[in-house]
Amino acid sequence: MLRSLAFSAALAASPAVAQDVSTFQLDNGMDVVVIEDHRAPVVVHMVWYRRGSADEPVGESGVAHFLEHLLFKGTENMAPGELSETVAANGGSDNAFTSYDYTAYFQRVAADRLPLMMQMEADRMVNLKLSEGDIATERDVILEERNMRTENNPSALAREQMMAAQYLNHRYGVPVIGWKHEMETLSLEDATSFYDLYYSPNNATLVVAGDVDPTEVGKLAQEYYGAIPRQENLPERIRSQEPPQTAARRLTFYDPRVSQPYVARSYLAPERDSGAQEKAAALVYLAELLGGSPFTSVLGMKLQFDTNTAVFTNASYSGTSLDDTTFNLSVAPAEGVTLQEAEDAMDDAIQSFMDTEIDPDRMEAIRTQLRASEVYALDDVQGLANRYGAALSIGLTVDDVQQWPAILEAVTAEDVKAIAAEVLDPRRSVTMWVSAEEESAE
Amino acid sequence: MKRLILATVLSVLGVTARAEVQIQQVTSPAGINAWLVEEHEIPFVALEIYFKGGTSLDEPGKRGATNLMMGLLEEGSGEMTAQDFQRERESLAASYGFDAYDDGVSVSAKFLTENRDDAVALLRQALVAPRFDQDAIDRVKGQVLAGIASRKTDPNRIAGDSFYSEAYGDHPYGTDDSGTEETIRALTQDDIFKAYRNALVEGRAYVSAVGDINAEELGQVIDNLLSGLPEDGPAVPGAVDFGLTGGATIVDFATPQSVILFGHAGIERDDPDFFAAYVLNTILGGDGPQSILMNEVREKRGLTYGIYTYLVDKDYSNMWLGSVATANEKVGETIDVILDNWARVATVGVSQEELDNAKTYLTGAYPLRFDGNEEIAGIMVGMQVQGLPPEYVVERNDYIEAVTLEDINRVAQRLLNPDALHFTIVGQPEGVDEAMLTDVGEE
Repeated sequence: MLRSLAFSAALAASPAVAQDVSTFQLDNGMDVVVIEDHRAPVVVHMVWYRRGSADEPVGESGVAHFLEHLLFKGTENMAPGELSETVAANGGSDNAFTSYDYTAYFQRVAADRLPLMMQMEADRMVNLKLSEGDIATERDVILEERNMRTENNPSALAREQMMAAQYLNHRYGVPVIGWKHEMETLSLEDATSFYDLYYSPNNATLVVAGDVDPTEVGKLAQEYYGAIPRQENLPERIRSQEPPQTAARRLTFYDPRVSQPYVARSYLAPERDSGAQEKAAALVYLAELLGGSPFTSVLGMKLQFDTNTAVFTNASYSGTSLDDTTFNLSVAPAEGVTLQEAEDAMDDAIQSFMDTEIDPDRMEAIRTQLRASEVYALDDVQGLANRYGAALSIGLTVDDVQQWPAILEAVTAEDVKAIAAEVLDPRRSVTMWVSAEEESAE
Repeated sequence: MKRLILATVLSVLGVTARAEVQIQQVTSPAGINAWLVEEHEIPFVALEIYFKGGTSLDEPGKRGATNLMMGLLEEGSGEMTAQDFQRERESLAASYGFDAYDDGVSVSAKFLTENRDDAVALLRQALVAPRFDQDAIDRVKGQVLAGIASRKTDPNRIAGDSFYSEAYGDHPYGTDDSGTEETIRALTQDDIFKAYRNALVEGRAYVSAVGDINAEELGQVIDNLLSGLPEDGPAVPGAVDFGLTGGATIVDFATPQSVILFGHAGIERDDPDFFAAYVLNTILGGDGPQSILMNEVREKRGLTYGIYTYLVDKDYSNMWLGSVATANEKVGETIDVILDNWARVATVGVSQEELDNAKTYLTGAYPLRFDGNEEIAGIMVGMQVQGLPPEYVVERNDYIEAVTLEDINRVAQRLLNPDALHFTIVGQPEGVDEAMLTDVGEE
C-alpha cells in the first residue's frame, strides 16, 4: 500500500509532456488544428464535419453514413474512386467514419504529400458528382454493411433496441447506420440535400497532425480550403432533447444466436460541455471504480472474485458527445446463475459502493493511470488528431481539450460520490436481459 | 561484461517517405540477443517478446492448455494473488499483454521510464514465478468456456472452425486453440504448469524494444526478465499440407447474410516467388489501390461491404485465403464472380498498370508502418522470427520493385487455381452450384 503512494508521488513530480498544438480559423469559418510530431515523416490529414446521424431529417436514417460512402465516388474533377487510388499510389491509406455527432474523412500519407491531400479533400467538399447508378449500387453496399455489423450480430441488434428505449425523443435512439426500412429508400436527393447544406467550410474542422510546420499548413489551408465560400444558410444545430426520465424501462431480448446471456444497464448521463467538464471527469472515475478492471473494480471483485456470480463485468462511460450520453454497466452471469440473480448482484454492488467510503488507494491508482495514459498517447499521433477533431465537432474548444487532463487530475472521491448519486438513479435506468430463449432467463 | 552492440543506421526509403530507424543489435550480459531502437523523446519503452512454439505445442487431449496458461500469467505470481498483482501494475501505470497464437506466444509491455525497474521486476515475477492458483484457473476457465460457447453461434468463427478442420484434420492447425468444452474442463493445474514450461523457453525467445532506454539498460532488462526460463522446449509439430480440395461446404446457420471463407494452398515466405505472390495478392484482393475483387464484387455489383484475400504463411503450412459476406440470395452470384476473376488472373494475368500501382502503393506504405514505438517493436520481432537481417528494412522495397510483369503472371499461373479453391459458406445460401458441394454440414 505504501509503495503505491510512493509511486504516485514520483509520477506527480515528472515533467509534463507538452503537445505542440496550434490552432486558427480561416476567413470562411473553417477551424484548423495542427499537431506537430516530427518523429516520422508522416502526416494525418482529416476533415471533420459537424453533422452526424443525429442531425438527419426524419425518415432518412442512415443518410449521413450513406453520404460518407458516396464521397468516394467522383467529383467534377476526379473520376469515381480516383481520390483513394491517388492516395494509394502515393503509398498512403484513407478512410472515413460517421458517428452520431460528426462525419470525418482522413488520409495518412508521407508528409510532403499534404498539398495533394488538401487539394482532393477540398475538391470533394464542393464538387461531388453523383449518378443514380452510384445510388443503387452503394445502397446495396450499406445494406450489406448493416447485415455484417448488425443483422449478423445479436449483441448489436440488442444494443439498437436498448438505445431506442433509452432515447425517447433524441436521435441517439436511431442507429448511425440507419433503420433497414429507411436505408432501403434513401435517394440521391436525400444525399445531396444533406451534402449541399452541411459540407461547408464553416461547418468543418481541419486537423493536420505529424511532421509539419504550422505556418506552412496555414498557407496551404488558406490556398485549398480558404477558396471555398462559407455556407450562409447553415442552420443552427438544434436537436430535440430528452424529457426527464421518470420511469425505469425494461427490455428482454431473445435471439437463438446468443450463447452467453447478459444483463445490460444504462443511465442517461451528462457529457463534456465547454467550460464544464467536471461531471464528465467524475464519471470517468466512476466507470473505472465500478467496472474498469475485473481484478480491482467493485463489480469485478464482488461478482468475479468474492463470489462466482459473473464471468464478465464492465462499466463504461464516454463523455465525448454533443448531447446527453449514457453510463453503461453489463454483467454476464456465471454457469448456473440466472439473469435475475446477476442483476440483483449488480444492484447490491452499486448499493454497497454508495454506502461505503471510496478507497483512497483506488482513486490514486486511477489518477496515476490517467496521467500515464497522456504519456502513452503521445506515441499515437492519429489518436491525438481524433481527440481534437471529435472534441471540436461536439462544441468543445482546443482549450477544453487541453484542460481535460488537469480536470481529470483534480477529481475527488466526493465528486465521484456526488455524480454517482445523481446518475445511478433506478428510476432513470434502462435494463435489458439478453438471452437465447425465455426459459434461460427465468 | 560481454556485451556487443552493432548499430546500423537504416533509412527506409520509399517513393514518397523516408523513415529512419536506427536498429541496434544488442547482446545481453547473459548472451540473449535483442533489437533496439532508441527513441528518447517520450519517457516510456515498448517491449516485445515472442517465444516460438505457441499453441501448436498443446499435447494430445490438452487442447487449449497453452492459451489458458497465457491468460493466467497475470492472475497471480510470486507472493501475489491476481488482485495484488493487478493493484501493483495499476499503481505503476504499466501495461502487460500476454497472447497466444498458433506458432508462438507473445509478451508485450509498456512502462514509464520513471518506474522502469519496478515495472520490469513485476513482469519478471509473472514470467518466472506464476502461481496458477486453482481458483484463478477456475475463473479463467469460465471465461474461456464462455468464449467457446459463443464461437458456436458466430458465423465468422463457425466458418473458420469448419474450414481449418477440413484443411488440417488432426494437426494442431485443424482445431481452435482455445480448446473445446471437454478439454478445458479436464485441464489440471499440472497441465497448466507443463504448458508453461513448454511455451516460455529462453532459447526460443525473440526480443525487441523501442523507446527511452539504451543498449546497456536493455541488456539488464532482458536478463532480468528471461534468466531462469528453460533453455530448450519440446519438439514442434511437423509440416502439413493444406488438405482441402476444390468445391464448397455449406454449414447451415439461420442468419440473413452468409459468411464465406475461401482458399487453397499458398506459398512459403522463403520461396523465390514470394514477393511476386505478395504483389499479386495486393492486386487481386489486398488493401491499397482498389483490388480486382473489391472492384468486381463491391463497386460494380454492390454484393458486399468488403472482400479481401491474404497470403497466410504459418510455420508449418501456408494458404492463400479470402473472405467475403453477402446476403443469402446473392451467394451464388458472388462465388461465380470470384471464380471468374480467379481464373482470369491465372490465365490472362494482370496489367503493367496494375503492377505499377501496386508497387507504388506497397513501397510508399512501408515506411508509414514505422509510426510508433509499439509498431516498430512489433515489426522488429516479426523480422527476427522470420530470420531477416536488420538491413531488410532498407532492402524490402527493392524486392518489391524487382517484381516484373513476367514474374507476376508466371506466379499467377503457378499458384492461382480456381479448381482448387474451396468455399466454406455459413448461412442459408442460395444459388450455389450443386456440383461444387463436397459436404453439407449441420450446425
